[in-house]
Amino acid sequence: MALTRFAGAFGVQIGSPADLCPSYAKGDAMNAIVGWAKRSVPIRPTRVGRILRDICSWRFALLLFAGLIVIYPLLWVVSLAFSGQQALQLVELPEGAGFWQQLAALVPLPQQWSLDNFRAVLTEQPFMRWLFNSLVVALSTTVVGLGLSCTAAYAFSRFKFPGRERGLMLFLISQMFPAVLMLIPLYVIVVQWLGLGNTWLGLVLVYAITALPFCVWMLKGYFDTLPYEIEESALLEGASRFTIFYKIILPLARPAIAVTGLFSFMTAWNEFILASIFMDDESRYTVPVGLRFFVSDYASEWGFFAAGSILVSIPVILLFLALQRFLVSGLSAGAVKG
Amino acid sequence: MTKGAAVASIEFKRVEKRYADSPPTVPGLDLHIRDGEFMVLVGPSGCGKSTTLRMIAGLESVTSGELWIGDRLVNDLPPAARDVAMVFQNYALYPHMTVFDNMAFGLRVRKQPESLIKSKVEQAAETLGLADLLGRKPGQLSGGQCQRVALGRAIVRDPQVFLFDEPLSNLDAELRVQMRGNIGRLHREFATTSVYVTHDQVEAMTLGARIAILNRGELMQVGTPMELYNDPDNVFVAGFMGSPPMNIVPVQNRGVGLKNSLLDLPRTDLDGLAGELLLGIRPEKLCPAVGAPDHWPRLRAAVEMVETLGAEMLVHLGDGRERMIARLPGLQLLTPGQTLELALDPDAIYLFDTQNQRRIRAVQPIAVAEPC
Repeated sequence: MALTRFAGAFGVQIGSPADLCPSYAKGDAMNAIVGWAKRSVPIRPTRVGRILRDICSWRFALLLFAGLIVIYPLLWVVSLAFSGQQALQLVELPEGAGFWQQLAALVPLPQQWSLDNFRAVLTEQPFMRWLFNSLVVALSTTVVGLGLSCTAAYAFSRFKFPGRERGLMLFLISQMFPAVLMLIPLYVIVVQWLGLGNTWLGLVLVYAITALPFCVWMLKGYFDTLPYEIEESALLEGASRFTIFYKIILPLARPAIAVTGLFSFMTAWNEFILASIFMDDESRYTVPVGLRFFVSDYASEWGFFAAGSILVSIPVILLFLALQRFLVSGLSAGAVKG
Repeated sequence: MTKGAAVASIEFKRVEKRYADSPPTVPGLDLHIRDGEFMVLVGPSGCGKSTTLRMIAGLESVTSGELWIGDRLVNDLPPAARDVAMVFQNYALYPHMTVFDNMAFGLRVRKQPESLIKSKVEQAAETLGLADLLGRKPGQLSGGQCQRVALGRAIVRDPQVFLFDEPLSNLDAELRVQMRGNIGRLHREFATTSVYVTHDQVEAMTLGARIAILNRGELMQVGTPMELYNDPDNVFVAGFMGSPPMNIVPVQNRGVGLKNSLLDLPRTDLDGLAGELLLGIRPEKLCPAVGAPDHWPRLRAAVEMVETLGAEMLVHLGDGRERMIARLPGLQLLTPGQTLELALDPDAIYLFDTQNQRRIRAVQPIAVAEPC
């Protein structure tokens, strides 16, 4: 019901900007007049004119629409978190509310702003505990994952050994299956055989290893672009393979390592299904599992859920901002040989 | 700084290099590089010169044969243990380190005291004019500066052998001349055995005490630049040395002279040679007919193209079948299509066997070093 209302309200909005803007035609007429006066000089639209024209184009309308689709749910989460309530509705609609009232109910703005949800999540709920669990698991995953994938990727990039091609291919193939397929085997191996249920180590191992294929491919692609002569030169100067790896390759591969590390961290930080299966004890929950706890069959504390979600996103956002400068060079690296 | 007792000659004994099942890249090389010598390996791309150099460095394994550096058999010695330093075409500097750290890296890896490293690096930087750049990173340097850092990195280690793998190829022409001078000067100063790979015969001629010419992995000839220029062993060497290269044209040996569509050389000393021969003559041995000695045979051919170099010009001649290049004084005005009469120094010709491309030494050119 809410969705149809939402779409209806939106239809009006997208229809309008394109109709309301005849600046294209206006601009052309202007050009024609000035052009007639000064035929030889081509007319360039002014800066403001260009911006106006861009705003009124169908492309802009499309982008605006797409942008709203992405941002709208986020706005809801933010409003819920700051509303101080637990209900999904922000506005009480009276019986037989008119169109405008219904439309107003769609705007994600709480009736009053409050930090109660955040306060409650941080103090009354074991949220800090979960956050700590997540942090330990995600950081350990990143360290273990990077350690394994850097060394593996270096070997794949630089050494020739039997099974090299096949190993790389197997890594790729493992990525073609949905992760859920591995759920039961992983449970059997990690919980029943290794007895690592309810432990950080179990989760870290699983996360680090499932992220390995992607990380290895990513890093190998980058290592391949580093000129081999640099290593040969170091080899001639008497450096051991490990010194070369540690003192030359790793510092040079920083962008790729940053991106890969970020990927590992986020995979572990956001993962829900495995964590919910491996972790039975409430004090061992990671944040995504804990958040689910707020809105289960027995509870519907949407306010806590929203506040918790925002708190969870903060570290990732900070990491992204910190590593931003590496992201562009890192992600495109390996694509084109420099 | 000369190495005292350590004799660092390099000796290839039937050294072969092959990859998997393909034909050998180097099919069996015998070459002796003397202690302190500047040896240039030169040849067209794919001739195995870089592979040969990399075998000395230990970056390529030796498939069979023996490779000696000084009195050590180094076939199975890792690169680090060979005491050689190499300068690469693309500099191969460590981009994340400063110039100082780049030059100090090898010494630090070998755990030298930091005070010694500092003095060595600073001394090398002084020699190479890098003293002001020690704090910079390679990305902030020009190509020539990068190559000097690479040189510095090699000399601070005071190795037994310097290896150069086309070190000037990435530089522009002017810088190349300058760096060539630098490398020559360094070699005179340090007198370390050096092996230098290039495909540029001008570099080879100007730098090398001796030059080894390789073609498809085979050693074609070894000698001083002038030996190779004046006394080539085969068609390949004759055609490789000199710019423009020696003219080599097929001729008929009629017993009384050599003849083809362009030339007619009366000779009586060619009995016993094959009927088909290859005749070689340097472009500078073709002179304007006017003023040439009367007994020099004349040849007439149409001008196909003229390359004017200022003091001289390179005239491409041809009659549809044979083509030759003459190096003439740049005074005359020539236009393509015009017929030109030239005289040929009959004592400056080389003869080669058509089959095996080897020089026929029964006929020696007499006036070798005298241009017209």
